[in-house]
Amino acid sequence: MGKTIAEINERIKRGEAVVVTAEEVIGIVEEKGTAQAAREVDVVTTGTFGPMCSSGAFVNLGHAQPRMKIHRAWLNEVPVFCGIAAVDIYIGATEMAEHDPLNEVFPGEFRYGGGHLIEDLVAGKSVRLRATSYGTDCYPNRSWERDLTLADVKEAWLFNPRNAYQNYNVAVNLSDRVIYTYMGVLRPNLGNANYCSAGQLSPLLNDPLFRTIGIGTRIFLGGGVGYVVWHGTQHNTAVPRGPGGAPTRPAGTISVIGDLKGMNPRYLTGYSILGYGASLAVGIGIPIPVLDEEVIRAAAVRDEDLVAPVVDYSIDYPQGTGRVLGEVTYAQLKSGSIDLEGKEIPTAPLSSYSRAREIAETLKDWIARGRFLLGEPVELLPCEAREEGVV
Amino acid sequence: MVRHKVVLHFPHEQVDKPIVSKLVRDYNLDFNILKASITPREEGLLVLEITGEEADYDRGMEYIRGCGVSVQPLSQDIRRNEERCTHCGACLAVCPTDALSADRTTMEVRFDDEECVACELCVKVCPPRAMEIHY
Ligand code: SF4
Ligand code: SF4
Repeated sequence: MGKTIAEINERIKRGEAVVVTAEEVIGIVEEKGTAQAAREVDVVTTGTFGPMCSSGAFVNLGHAQPRMKIHRAWLNEVPVFCGIAAVDIYIGATEMAEHDPLNEVFPGEFRYGGGHLIEDLVAGKSVRLRATSYGTDCYPNRSWERDLTLADVKEAWLFNPRNAYQNYNVAVNLSDRVIYTYMGVLRPNLGNANYCSAGQLSPLLNDPLFRTIGIGTRIFLGGGVGYVVWHGTQHNTAVPRGPGGAPTRPAGTISVIGDLKGMNPRYLTGYSILGYGASLAVGIGIPIPVLDEEVIRAAAVRDEDLVAPVVDYSIDYPQGTGRVLGEVTYAQLKSGSIDLEGKEIPTAPLSSYSRAREIAETLKDWIARGRFLLGEPVELLPCEAREEGVV
Repeated sequence: MVRHKVVLHFPHEQVDKPIVSKLVRDYNLDFNILKASITPREEGLLVLEITGEEADYDRGMEYIRGCGVSVQPLSQDIRRNEERCTHCGACLAVCPTDALSADRTTMEVRFDDEECVACELCVKVCPPRAMEIHY
């Protein structure tokens, strides 16, 4: 009675596929039950948009004349990694432009880094290349400067080693001073709690055991099309889980790739995080093929059922103590305040729920109109709980 | 009664004159200082919330302008670049008034410039730098 991805793709090509977002599927499953919903719905679309530091882009600059083996290079004064081949470089999202004061005047503003550079390239802006070399017989050129745009380079791929964290910490501050973290500004004495997940819309929380997402899954990436190519760095599936199988701690991650030339700065935005550094906000949407009842049951998860750990970022996180102060649901987080140790704490998201919704809707539209087919994973991502049948 | 938030720019030759206290004495206006600063070049900046009768307010502002002080409504000063705002919500943690607040249904972040007191806390906190100062 299950469906295959090939069958779903046939339906997409005929324009008959039933595609709903991860928000819409909640009501459908509540009303019709998992069995009927699994028969009727073919694809559930998810979305997330938030800062994802482990991001970057490979760019092949094309050859200068005379040829050059680039040893050091800067784009808009942001140092890029050159130790790959003559004119292949990698832009890291968190690399800072030279001469940035960093945190010398605390908290630093980090106005321009790799994330901003990637956004500028995707926006079609001209950027300044400066490169130096030691010169070889085959690559005699020793210095190269030019203005270039994304259209001028041969290849440019976004390649992000770790994105779309499946669940994340809720950050608070137990100390008596303001702290500036990658989770935003945290006021003293539990003054606020910041979280960063699209909850019920978030890709990996809707397929908690990686039953459909694997190597080769085609995704919405930065406004264009991309692929899951591996599990992400720090992928950890041996974590506590709720009754529906969703992890209650930071868990799985994915590594993704896509052609930068087809992307859009609306979904690939340079971020400056006060006192912490530069980053890139990345928009990702993953379609979940409804293969069977189990898949749709997991995809119908609600914010009320998704739990995140509250962690102190003044001592416990930086020192790596592993202490968790408590657990809260995404429904509580989204309501604007949580209760912790008898105190009401205002919450702020860092992941944009409205943009996550926009991404899930866009992906739904692409699939419904037949212009996006599902990728058939050649291998699923490692997941202890699935492999050992724990859940 | 009217309530206006205004930004006053004082040229350096006026910085040390008691212009604002005249608003209270001669024009029956009340004020709250939201922000005050003098730049290194000795130009003064004062952000006030002024309350009083409409006619008094108009006459008071006329007097102030006559002293060479420029008067701007505050709403012009902190602006949100709507194109750049990603509705991430990072600003919600720092805004002391409810000028920045989340619509809990759409999870969009609203900016209400009427409530903004130009504290500028959001300006550096906003990750895509969508909150801009326009003095
Ligand atoms: S922090 Fe900036 S981008 Fe984020 S919601 Fe506030 S104004 Fe918009
Ligand atoms: S300037 Fe201050 S009051 Fe105005 S929106 Fe920003 S944080 Fe809120």
